[in-house]
Formats: sequence, C-alpha cells, structure tokens
Amino acid sequence: MELSAKHKEYWHKNLVVTAILLFIWFVATFVEGWYARELNAYTILGFPLGFYMSAQGSLIIYVALIWFYQHYMNKLDIEYGVDEGEDQ
Amino acid sequence: MSESAMGQKAFKSQLKKYYSFYTGGFIAFLILLAVAEQMGMSRQWIGYCFLFATIALYAGIGIMSRTVDPAEYYVAGRRVPAFFNGMATGADWMSAASFIGMAGTLYLSGFDGLAFVMGWTGGYVLVALFLAPYLRKFGQFTIPDFLGERYGGNIVRSIGIFAAILCSFTYVVAQIYGVGLITSRFTGLEFGVGVFVGLGGILVCSFLGGMRAVTWTQVAQYIILIIAYLTPVIWLSVKYTGNPVPQLAYGQVLQKVTEREKVLTNDPKEIEVRNILKGRADAANANLKDADAAYAKGKADLAQNLSKLKTDNAPADKIAAAQKSVDSYPKDVAAAKGQWDKDKGLAARAAPPKPHATPFPGKDEAAQNTARLNFLGIVFCMMFGTAALPHILMRYYTTPNVRQARESVFWSLFFIFLLYFTAPALAVLAKYDVYYFLVGSTFADLPRWAASWAKVDPSLLSITDINGDGIVQLAEIVLGGDIIVLATPEIAGLPYVVSGLVAAGGLAAALSTADGLLLTIANALSHDLYYKMIDPSAPTGRRVTVSKILLVVVALIAAYVTSLKPGGILFLVGAAFSFAASSFFPALVLGIFWKRATKWGAICGMVVGLGVCWYYMQLTYPFLGGSDANKWFGMNPISAGVFGTPLGFLTIIVVSLLTPAPDKKVQDLIEHVRYPHLRGDVSTVSN
Repeated sequence: MELSAKHKEYWHKNLVVTAILLFIWFVATFVEGWYARELNAYTILGFPLGFYMSAQGSLIIYVALIWFYQHYMNKLDIEYGVDEGEDQ
Repeated sequence: MSESAMGQKAFKSQLKKYYSFYTGGFIAFLILLAVAEQMGMSRQWIGYCFLFATIALYAGIGIMSRTVDPAEYYVAGRRVPAFFNGMATGADWMSAASFIGMAGTLYLSGFDGLAFVMGWTGGYVLVALFLAPYLRKFGQFTIPDFLGERYGGNIVRSIGIFAAILCSFTYVVAQIYGVGLITSRFTGLEFGVGVFVGLGGILVCSFLGGMRAVTWTQVAQYIILIIAYLTPVIWLSVKYTGNPVPQLAYGQVLQKVTEREKVLTNDPKEIEVRNILKGRADAANANLKDADAAYAKGKADLAQNLSKLKTDNAPADKIAAAQKSVDSYPKDVAAAKGQWDKDKGLAARAAPPKPHATPFPGKDEAAQNTARLNFLGIVFCMMFGTAALPHILMRYYTTPNVRQARESVFWSLFFIFLLYFTAPALAVLAKYDVYYFLVGSTFADLPRWAASWAKVDPSLLSITDINGDGIVQLAEIVLGGDIIVLATPEIAGLPYVVSGLVAAGGLAAALSTADGLLLTIANALSHDLYYKMIDPSAPTGRRVTVSKILLVVVALIAAYVTSLKPGGILFLVGAAFSFAASSFFPALVLGIFWKRATKWGAICGMVVGLGVCWYYMQLTYPFLGGSDANKWFGMNPISAGVFGTPLGFLTIIVVSLLTPAPDKKVQDLIEHVRYPHLRGDVSTVSN
C-alpha cells in the first residue's frame, strides 16, 4: 500500500525521538562510565557521584527513558491515526 | 468497546485477583513455617518444605495451563497484559547468576562489578527503542521467523537457528547447574538428584503448556524471587542504618567502608599476613622454575630436619610435627607442582583491599585505562547481548498489541531494576559487616554466621590464622561470592525460615530462566527447522507434539552436560552475550530500520559477527589455546562482541549496497512493522 505524507511524518517523528533517547542513553552509559573517576570527586546523598551513577543513577535514567518512549509513542499513534484502538 | 476488549479487561482483573491471592497465600505459608520453626521444626524439613511446595506450585500452574494449540503453546495466545508480561520477563531474565552471584561479584570487585548492573538494565533501552514494538507488530512465533521472513530464504533462518541454540544452550546449562547447587545445599540431596528434581519442575511446566504455562509460572516465580531478595536486605539495612530503604541508606555505610579500607591497608598485622602470603607465593614461583630439583631438595630438607631433631633428643611434640610435615609432603613432583601452582595464586591475596567505590583501580595510568576500557567493553556486550537474546525478545510476541509491547518493556525493566538497584546496597552492607565485625574478632569466638558457613562449605568461606595471633585479619579470609546472598539472612540475624526463602528465590530465578531458554531451543528446532524448513504441511497437532518431544530431549542433554560439571561455565555465559550481540542485533535492527538491507548482507553480517567473536575468543582465551598477549587494546575475551557487533553492522551495510535492493514485498513488510496499525494492510500474525 502507498503511505501518505502523514505516515511518513509519523515515522520521521519516531526516528527523531528514538535518536534523542538513544543519545541520552549513550551519555548516561558510556560518557558517564568514561569519566567515572573524575565524577567521584563530587558527592551526592553521601555517595561519590561516579559510583552513584553506575550503581543507581543511570539505572533510574534507563527506566525513565523507556517510560517516556512508551508514553510518547502511544500518544503519537493516536495523533496520527495509526493506533490499534481499544485493547483487543 | 468491542467484545474482545471487554474480555481482555475481565481477564486482566481476574489475573490481578489471582496473583494478589497467591501473594497473600505465599506470605501466610512463610508465617506458618516461621511458627513451625519456633516450635522446633528442623532446618532440613524447612528446606524440603520450600523445595517441594514451590515445585508443586509451578507444576500445578503448568498442569492448569496445558495446551495443544500452537498460538497458546508458542506465544501464550498473545493476551498477556503488559504488567504481567513485565513480571514474566523479569523472572525470565534474572537467572541464578543475577540472584545469587551478582551481589557477590559486587562485593569482590567493587566498582568494576557495576558493569553488569549497568549492562543488564541499559540493554532494555535498546529493546524498547529498536525491537519490541516492531517484533510484536510482525507477530509470529520466534526470532528466526522474523529473519526468515524479512530476508527471505532458509539460509538466514538456519543461521538464526544456529545462533539461537548457541546462545541459549550454554546459558541453560548454567541454570541447571544453579538448580542442582541450591537443592543440594538446602536439602542435603545429592547434586545429581537435585539436578533431576529441578529438571522435573522445569519440564512439567513447559512440557504441558509451552509459553502459556511458562508465562504464568514466571509471574509466580517473580513474586517469590523479589520477596526473597528484598526481605533480608531491608532487615540488614534497618540493623545497620535504621533506615528501611537500603538503596538510600547505604551511602553512609559506603563512607564507613571506605574509611575502614584505609585503616586495613596500613594496619601492621594486615601487612604481616600479606607478607607471609607473598612469601609463599614467591617461594612457589621459585620452586616452579626447576620443579624437580626443588622437590628433591624440599624432601631432603624435611627428612634431615627430622633426623636432626631425633638425634638431638628434641621434645616429642616437635618430633611429631616434623614427622607430620614429612608425611604430608607431596607424593611426587606432579603433586608438588599442583600445590605450588595453587600457592602462586596466593599473590592475589597479598594485595591490600580493593577500594570499593573507586573506578578502575590499577598500578599505573596505563593499567587504569585498560581497566576502564574493559569496564565499558563489558557494559557494551551485556547491553547489546540483552537486546538480542532470543528468549527475552520472544516474550514481546505475547502481548495483545504493539502499545502493550511498549508498555511491557517499561514494566520489564522496572521489575528487573528492583533487584539490580538493591544488589549494590547488599554488597556494601555485607562488606561493612565483614570489615567491622568479622575482621578483628577472635578465632575462638567468630560471629555465628561465619563460624557456621566456614564449617559447612570452605569454598564459600574459609578463615585460617596465618600469622598465628588468634585474631582474624582481612587477608586471612577467603570468601566465595555466592555467600553474600546465601548468608545475608544469618548476618542480619533472621530465623532460618528466611534462609529457606532465599533458597526458594534462587531456585525460582534459575527455574524461570531455564524454562524460557529450553522453550527457545525447542521452538527453534520444532517451529523453524521442522515446520518451516522440513515439513511445512505438518498439521498443528503434530507441530506441538514435535516441540514437546524436543523439549524433553534438549532438557536431558542439558542435564547430562551439567552433571559433567564443565569448567569455565561463567565464561560461557558471558560469551553467550557476545555471540547474541554480534549475530542477531545488527541483522534485526537493520532489518527494521533500513529497507535497503538485503538477504546476502544479513547472511554475511551474521557470519562475520559470529566468526569475529569466535576468532577473538580463540586468540585470547587460555582455555581455547589463546593467550593474553594477543589482546586487541587489552580487551578481555568475554567482550569479543565489542569487535563482532560493529563489524557485523559494517558487513551488512557494505554487502547490501553491493547486492540488488529487496523486492516490493519485503519493502511492504517493513512498512507494515513500522506502523502499529495501517488501514488496508495485510496481517503477518500467525495463529
């Protein structure tokens, strides 16, 4: 079937949000990991920051990223009329 | 609202009712056992109660969910609500290694162990963004299904089958091993018997009801494992910090541990013990240089010493001691070599305590940078491997629709997060106990938990008075990682029933993962190989029967391999992630996001990914005949996926551009999976 311009816009928006979230994931994982030694100079809630991020902070970010993605996409589906309707 | 939507709602509220009731029942069972313990029930019987009650429960769910319908058998009828699929994925994901081993790894390796915590959670971001919703829209039964349909032809499917089995089989062996270990430790049954009791629990469930039974059992197993993990940690946290939220409270405990590390590093008694250990290691190294001469000299020295004492008329106890050292001297050179090889390892214990919160410790800048690279390498492989392990991806076929598949990734990570978020806290709390209370206690009066574990299993805890001062030094303690979780209830001073609960939790973790993996292997063989490639006209009943028979065969083979107790099992599990990351991830993601990816691109990419991984492991892993000197950038063999994954991507892209673009049908399929719902679209869902 042929896709309308609206469909293409939907996919484009999906790619944009995926790229943004992936970028945050990359920073929270690899940039954070790379600079863990330097981050340890700061303290948060009694933890050295580098340790805190790897043990807890990045994990919280991952959960938040996935929550945001499902929330955003499920809304986008309805907005662009590609949703599946009520649960079936 | 349609009729089916009504049905789904009613189904969900019914599930909530059942599982709330079940959780309440389980807690009542715990209280009952606690009372029985106070009334004098023996530890062994508490162990039996937990083992048989939980296995009977899983079997009961299996029998209630028995089915011969393919959609029910392969994907639980595609009506598992997001929330429950999240729990099932959590149990599917968290293996014996996560439940029992993780906190121990963190205890032993400090910051560097966090690579696994990050890798095994962050991978779900990739699942959410790149795979779950699209696979659900595609909606067939297995991961090779998607590869076969998207790229066309049986070659891609066959490579998919091979990779799925390769990744899952090593992993399933590790789970069955865990089952044997837990049952034998907590009930006194023999290891082999434990393996087969556990296997019975796995089989009765997956054999009768396939994915449907496995799903509902996994939800039940998740509830048990999370209660079992959190209860003792919360207790321990209250004991040491007065705060019932260990994840917040352990910051201050970590500070105290760090202070204590500095004290122990410079403590003269500690240094004395470390020097003795280092001396033994050095002596062993010197002996190994010319083993034959050293053996003869050692033997002659002892004999001479004995005869000298005898002629000097030395006291009887001195003569007896000298006689004893002559008798206990290794029988031949080979035995002596074995002993010295062991002593060589003492060098590791001669190092001062590893600073827990410091990333990438190393003797100089270069060593630290290599440690950092390896940390990130493990994170990379665990993440991309997570996002490519077929037994996890398969779970997202079981939700009712794409929307719920997305939500279900969120719930999956949330439930997994509850455990991984707690493990670092447990490691620090346990370390606090060891550093402040075990170290410095006298050998005559060890803390109770330490005394009992040292007696039960020296491989988990052994303490020897090396410098003979009667006081425990940190360097005198050898601790196996698994003890951290297993002994936490006793460290926290909880009744034995909680230890039984922890064992039941570990068993649930191992069984649920084994269930998911066995099903993946059996489905790859029955659905992809038998039905799709050998006999496409097979009637549905026969397809399910073939799958069930294969399940039993695979389970028996896995149990047999386990009973051989193969070495290097942890390495194999890690390697499974590298293999999954390099073979599946590039082909799956490009298959969805790049229309131009072609059949030959995928074939070459998967072969190159797997091949590079295998080549690198062979080059660098000693067990396979490799050596450290061959490492690229100092990367450990377990992280071979760091090279395999990007090369897999690159190969797919290059070869795809050299081969003609996929036809209209494939292009339409890609459009189809990208949109949750398109009007006038075809359906790819199998029933």
